[in-house]
Amino acid sequence: MIGRLVADVPRRAALALSVFFLVLLVVPWFANDYLLTVLILIFYFAYTGQAWNIMMGFVGQLSLGHAIYIGLGGYTAAVLFSYFGISPWLGSFAAMLLAVLCGAIIGFLAFRFRVAGVYFAILTIAFAEFARIGFDHFTYVGGSAGFFLPVSNYSQSDLWTLRGKPIMFYYLSLGMTVAAVILCHLMIGSRIGYFWQAIREDEEAARAVGIDTFRYKLLAVVISAAMTSLAGVFFAFYYNNLFPEEVFSINRSIELILAPIFGGLGTLFGPILGAFLLTGLAETLTAAWAALGVDVPGAKQVFYGICLLLVITVLPDGVWPWLYRRLGLAGRPE
Amino acid sequence: MSALLSVNNVSKRFRGLVAVDRLNFQVNQGDVFAVIGPNGAGKTTLFNMIAGVFSPDGGTIALADQRINGLSPDQICRRGVGRTFQIVRPFPALSVEGNVIVAALLHRHLVADARAHAGEVLRQLDLYDKRAQRASGLTLPDRKRLELARALATDPKLLLLDEVMAGLRPTETDRMVAILKQLNRSRGLTILLIEHVMRAVMALAGRVLVMHHGAAIAEGAPDEVVRDRAVIDSYLGAETVV
Repeated sequence: MIGRLVADVPRRAALALSVFFLVLLVVPWFANDYLLTVLILIFYFAYTGQAWNIMMGFVGQLSLGHAIYIGLGGYTAAVLFSYFGISPWLGSFAAMLLAVLCGAIIGFLAFRFRVAGVYFAILTIAFAEFARIGFDHFTYVGGSAGFFLPVSNYSQSDLWTLRGKPIMFYYLSLGMTVAAVILCHLMIGSRIGYFWQAIREDEEAARAVGIDTFRYKLLAVVISAAMTSLAGVFFAFYYNNLFPEEVFSINRSIELILAPIFGGLGTLFGPILGAFLLTGLAETLTAAWAALGVDVPGAKQVFYGICLLLVITVLPDGVWPWLYRRLGLAGRPE
Repeated sequence: MSALLSVNNVSKRFRGLVAVDRLNFQVNQGDVFAVIGPNGAGKTTLFNMIAGVFSPDGGTIALADQRINGLSPDQICRRGVGRTFQIVRPFPALSVEGNVIVAALLHRHLVADARAHAGEVLRQLDLYDKRAQRASGLTLPDRKRLELARALATDPKLLLLDEVMAGLRPTETDRMVAILKQLNRSRGLTILLIEHVMRAVMALAGRVLVMHHGAAIAEGAPDEVVRDRAVIDSYLGAETVV
């Protein structure tokens, strides 16, 4: 397992990765809470980008409704914790189960009836919208007034109940991102990964070499849904509140696809690089404006728009594959 | 000898058009069987029915005495039928080796085993030196051989070839013919090919079926078939007769 993990990583890259990881490990000792929250946001996007990338980057299925898994995951774990006192670590399993079920239903309907491309994307949006409207009227969890987790001032972080300071969430989000990268690395190099890529490249040709495309597409949706639901659990316990209008909104779905598109679809480091660049730059921009004393509403969205336009026109494969070539690395960017 | 593939009374209609009309033939184990005929004769429809892309409207198709009509293309491939596409369909962003590994993984669970098998197949088809290239960058003759390599890597009992010679220069055609002959002789691989290039058909096929308007108009050894009056009138024309 470990052997397979490092076998085909070049030494220089392994070294660079280790240094990067060590820096991230010690950052909280030097960073203030503001910088930590920015980094947490970056990891949130790197993690969700990784999860979404399984569907879009690996199998070529465009989902524009991943907010449904964020919302379901968040609500499930939050309700279990607030009403029944169940730890979010256990609640995560329930969250994943529900997301898997939901993903399986969407995937089954879409792939059974050969809904593909733009129509598949619309179907995913429709399900997220159903959920948003449904939860708006679901009074058991607060309806449109929202759901709030119990908050008090913590002198210490409690990892078991995920109640505490940003530093705990920092390490949690870092851990989740690292785990997601390792999982994706193992999957893409395995039998499943080859089948997924074949389906992405040419579905009919994939069927002709014996791949049960229905099954493998469904598997991708289910894995992606389960991973995304964990980001939802994180979201709920980090922000301590959930509003259907916010957590299931199309904005949630769109914001999590920006990093992988910007960084490079189908690559492992694309979503991470994309998250660092986009969120990092956007926060810098916000800080710069605050320092200048001007208030520009919507500037972040305009900035994201410009970044995406630039990348799509100039570097359609994303920043990471381009950077990879510029660094003179051989082979295919991972 | 028992038939590996038997096509019994198979028909396919597209709205009013009868593309394949109550067709019967058998391909024996170890045979090279060619289906020829003018454009629109129903060859590709027949091919697609065997490969599972279409389901026949009537009749049965059996592989080693087991019915396969109505199964999906991936199920048919898993039963042991490998196919190529008339217009090549590599997985463009994958490497040449990656393309073949995907196919080799059908009956292997470890990527390392599949890579080893893919290497053997690529060596056989003179593609080993190009294994690291992206499939989208290959020339047409190389892509045609990649198409064949991918079908072979699924370990088929029956290989279906849809105009693998089309678009090749005569020297390339001869190279492909040599490769196919070798596969047929060394492993007893049964081959069903649809082909327009008569040079290849004459060199390869043990038996030939001629289709016209969806029906069989002749079947036999290649040199008998090319002398058949009906075949000359409908397809070959008088001057091609050797």
